[in-house]
Amino acid sequence: MSGFVAEEPLLSLHFHPLLIDYIIIGLYFAFVLGIGFVLRKQMKTSEDFFLSGRSVASWITGLAFLSANLGALEMIGMAASGAKYGMLTSHFYWVGAVPAMVFVAIFMMPFYYGSKARSVPEYLRLRFDEKTRALNAMTFAVMTLLTSGMSMYAMALLFQSLLGWHFAVSVWISAGIVLAYTVTGGLTSSIYNEVLQFFLIVLGFVPLTFLGLKQVGGWAGLSARLATTHPGYLHMWKNMNHASANPMGVEWFGLVMGLGFVLSFGYWCTDFLVIQRAMAAKDMTGAQRTPLIAALPKMLFPFVVILPGILALALVPLTQWPAQNGTANFNQALPLMIAQYYPSGMLGLGLTALLASFMSGMAGNVTAFNSVFTYDIYQSYIRKSAPDKHYLAVGRWTTLAGIVLSVGTAYVVAQFDNLMDYMQLVFSFVNAPLFATFLLGMFWKRATGHGAFWGLLSGICAATGHYGLTTAEGKGGWIAVLHTYPSSMAQNFWGAIWAFSVSLLMTIILSLLTTPRPEAELVGLVRSMTPHASESHLAWYQRPVYLGMGVVAVLIGLNFWFR
Amino acid sequence: MDLRTPIGLLFSIFGVLLLGFGATHTGADFERVGVNVNLAWGGVLLGFGAFMLLLAALARRKAEPDHD
Repeated sequence: MSGFVAEEPLLSLHFHPLLIDYIIIGLYFAFVLGIGFVLRKQMKTSEDFFLSGRSVASWITGLAFLSANLGALEMIGMAASGAKYGMLTSHFYWVGAVPAMVFVAIFMMPFYYGSKARSVPEYLRLRFDEKTRALNAMTFAVMTLLTSGMSMYAMALLFQSLLGWHFAVSVWISAGIVLAYTVTGGLTSSIYNEVLQFFLIVLGFVPLTFLGLKQVGGWAGLSARLATTHPGYLHMWKNMNHASANPMGVEWFGLVMGLGFVLSFGYWCTDFLVIQRAMAAKDMTGAQRTPLIAALPKMLFPFVVILPGILALALVPLTQWPAQNGTANFNQALPLMIAQYYPSGMLGLGLTALLASFMSGMAGNVTAFNSVFTYDIYQSYIRKSAPDKHYLAVGRWTTLAGIVLSVGTAYVVAQFDNLMDYMQLVFSFVNAPLFATFLLGMFWKRATGHGAFWGLLSGICAATGHYGLTTAEGKGGWIAVLHTYPSSMAQNFWGAIWAFSVSLLMTIILSLLTTPRPEAELVGLVRSMTPHASESHLAWYQRPVYLGMGVVAVLIGLNFWFR
Repeated sequence: MDLRTPIGLLFSIFGVLLLGFGATHTGADFERVGVNVNLAWGGVLLGFGAFMLLLAALARRKAEPDHD
């Protein structure tokens, strides 16, 4: 039986795949391993392994840039948020991602790519000094491994509840497959599989939107159904004037500055996981086009992942949803839709799409980790000059170590339930202040290494302090409670604003009090010292600036349409 | 290796599998909102896969204009 009808709430959904579903999943595994195997011969130098030899076409790096960020947690989470908050969730993709992607493409990529840095921490060493690089490399390495482990854990848990697959089996099989294709094919393998993942997600989940809309009577039908129980669910800006007017508990300033500016720029402009994909491009304009090419599908993604969540809300009364602690478990939104609309066959496709997102998320984190470890930790502090072959070998062993550590993390997180929430929190503490460091580094030649290092550190402390002094939804405030936020999201956004501001201020003050490097050393690293490259040799649709303007125009249009 | 080839191949195979399964498994159990989803989407996947393989073939042709 492949459909589901329920009169009573269930604890969780269960799927019953047939042979065809397993064949589809098996084919995916075979292709993924095959791609890694074929690419093995191309991995001759460490630059091939860690940076794809800087030779990848921009449509591939663009889709990989987008996909690297799309873990399955995001698929499940966005659908859940769609059910919980409605179209407001699109803010995470629109205001909360696209402006940052346009900014990094046009203004920051020239320095990332042009400096020939092999990683984001390496740019910090070139621009500032060793200790700033070390701080970034260590925090990034730890965070990226933890993310990989959490991804593995969430996937194993999901497949255990939906399909009855044993936790250990899911973890070890996925770890084994990811290990096989990243150790052989390096970054290229990871990137190629991320592009495959992109198409699987779109083609694997879009039918849910089509069928759901067909059942509910189109957009008008959806609107009518939600009008009484959840008015304003299809609007994005209408109820943003005050925190109490919308379910997210945020008002427009907190949203725009916290999410739209600090958190999103902090991630998209500095996180090596995505920047690494742009660094693999074959030339500068390719690298600049990468985030822009990613931004276009990004804007359409709400219709692939968020809308199914809203449809689930409209089509299945909350009392009939699988429940947790007496309330509807919103994380079941996507599984609910799959159960409603996918018979066996399509079920296999949907499960493969989920599997693909988890696995490519892990692969992305592991390839980012092995680059940062090999170049920024091993080569910088353990063995400075060895032939390139040595670092290639180190990269392969680090991949193995990274996977093993991720598996370890998955088991640790399985023991401590709340750990994941705290980890997510810590990540935001680090990213927000980091953006200030890069902003000043790339656009202010007076910024110094001492300023950057201590400014970053104080930003991280400010974020921690803010969390310790405020509460939201019962969390935080372990020092004292000076303020209570209406939602965790609001607390998160405002914490990010504080962290960024403190980092910015301290970096500026300390830079003015310390000696800067000679300006000649900053050519190629800072905007005012770098000649602006001309785009006139390119066709109009290849020029990053025009593409950027096009993306912004679509963004404004979408926000206006769904206001 | 042109990435379009494995992508085209995988989705073509998926398309054929779903078309076959959808054609042989009909009836209320396998339909949703009156649509035989496997059949319909299998066709779409096959179309997409074929399109990718075509793009890969065209790129190959462009790279070796002297062969024919």
